[in-house]
Amino acid sequence: MRQLLTSLILSFTLGTAVCAEVQVHATGDMGVVIERTTGSVLIIDQSDMDVIARVEGFGDLSHASAVFSPDERYAYIFGRDGGLTKLDLVTQSIAGRVMQGGNSIGGAISDDGQLVAVSNYEPGGVRVFDADTLDMVADFPTGSKTIGLVDAPGDRFVFSLWDDGETWIADMSGDVPALTKIPDMGVNPYDALITGDGRRYIVGLFGEDGLTTLDLWADTPEAKRILPNYGRGEDPLPVYKMPHLEGWALAGDRFALPAVGRHEVLWLDAQNLTELGRTQTHGQPVFAVARPDGRHVWVNYAHPNNDTVEVIDTRSGEVLHTLNPGPAVLHMEFTARGHQVWVSVRDANRIDIYDTDTFEKLGEIPAETPSGIFFTARAHRIGL
Amino acid sequence: MVKAAALLALILPSAALAEAPLSAEHQEQLTHLVVQDCGSCHGLKLTGGLGRAITPEALQGHTVDGLQTIILDGIPGTAMPPWRPLLTEAEAAWIAAYLLEVRE
Repeated sequence: MRQLLTSLILSFTLGTAVCAEVQVHATGDMGVVIERTTGSVLIIDQSDMDVIARVEGFGDLSHASAVFSPDERYAYIFGRDGGLTKLDLVTQSIAGRVMQGGNSIGGAISDDGQLVAVSNYEPGGVRVFDADTLDMVADFPTGSKTIGLVDAPGDRFVFSLWDDGETWIADMSGDVPALTKIPDMGVNPYDALITGDGRRYIVGLFGEDGLTTLDLWADTPEAKRILPNYGRGEDPLPVYKMPHLEGWALAGDRFALPAVGRHEVLWLDAQNLTELGRTQTHGQPVFAVARPDGRHVWVNYAHPNNDTVEVIDTRSGEVLHTLNPGPAVLHMEFTARGHQVWVSVRDANRIDIYDTDTFEKLGEIPAETPSGIFFTARAHRIGL
Repeated sequence: MVKAAALLALILPSAALAEAPLSAEHQEQLTHLVVQDCGSCHGLKLTGGLGRAITPEALQGHTVDGLQTIILDGIPGTAMPPWRPLLTEAEAAWIAAYLLEVRE
């Protein structure tokens, strides 16, 4: 909500009056949009459906993502080139930046907001930084490309090793970080999510038919396969873009997960983690994200089917609605209560805004090759 | 670079490059595909991601023919998919040459 506070400062010095206008933006319905090719970030206002500012200087933002400080003032942007940038949403300027690695793949912020962790392909591992100063406070080399980094309750970070099929839990709550390594997570984990309650860490596998889960409430979490052989031994279709797992998977009493190498969304019982069914989709899903109330799941697709978005009814598992926003739909972000969804349409250089109830297009915002959209409400969600 | 150029000289007569050149618009589409869609695994600047770096320096020792085959058929057992369902042989050869910075 944009508020204009005008403060009138009267100076009687020399008998003249000086007026100063102070424009104050509350950050609660702001968001950031990654402009991947230009290395810039848009700060947007959700309720105005408008751009507040474009900030430049973030380096290589292919596959970039963001997390937010608990007070929703700062966004931490993770770039592909190893850049970790702290963006001040209030002053709309860069408040700090470090080149922390050579090749990165996302990050997380601790539950207390004091630590920011970055996952690296090169050098493989996770590095942890003071959220205030961006000084490095811990380094966990893995010798592997590291993916699926999330925060977990108890000042922990959880991440997985693409090359070695392990998940590591870094507990940052003590004086010295404590590492727990869980083997046998499966062949080539490509991404992971943590459920909104912080209990389950679910790992997607590229090299194996199935997924793996950890119960983080257990004293000694153990790898457990779920949806084994969902591909039924059939040859997978070519995967032109890896699916992404994000913590918006829970839809009512079930999880919606993208299949790998199949044009399917898989439905998993959230209680006993068994398969409930599948939905045949328009293409290889990239994101399958539940509307915050869980009533619908929105799905976008890999090249060459990436001009389409399908909306699946959670109860029936049927495709309820199909949208064709345009070429290269990369990401979808719901408002906190789910009344709108913002969709990045990379090759149309546009963000489209839809009413999630009527599917009516409400507006659009110009953006240079937009990819990820991140709203500040993520600040208060585990795993985001 | 020198090596790649030398290899190209050996294979040029038989390569798909010898076919009718792609139109400027077509080349622009392929460049976009390389940067944006190959870039989703290899990075926008082709410096690597889940997939390896595919800059000219990183691809030293590869030939246009060899890369064309990898693009069309993928690398089994890795995340590199076969692009044959989506690209013609001429397009794959153009991309291979583009990656090696071999200009016609």
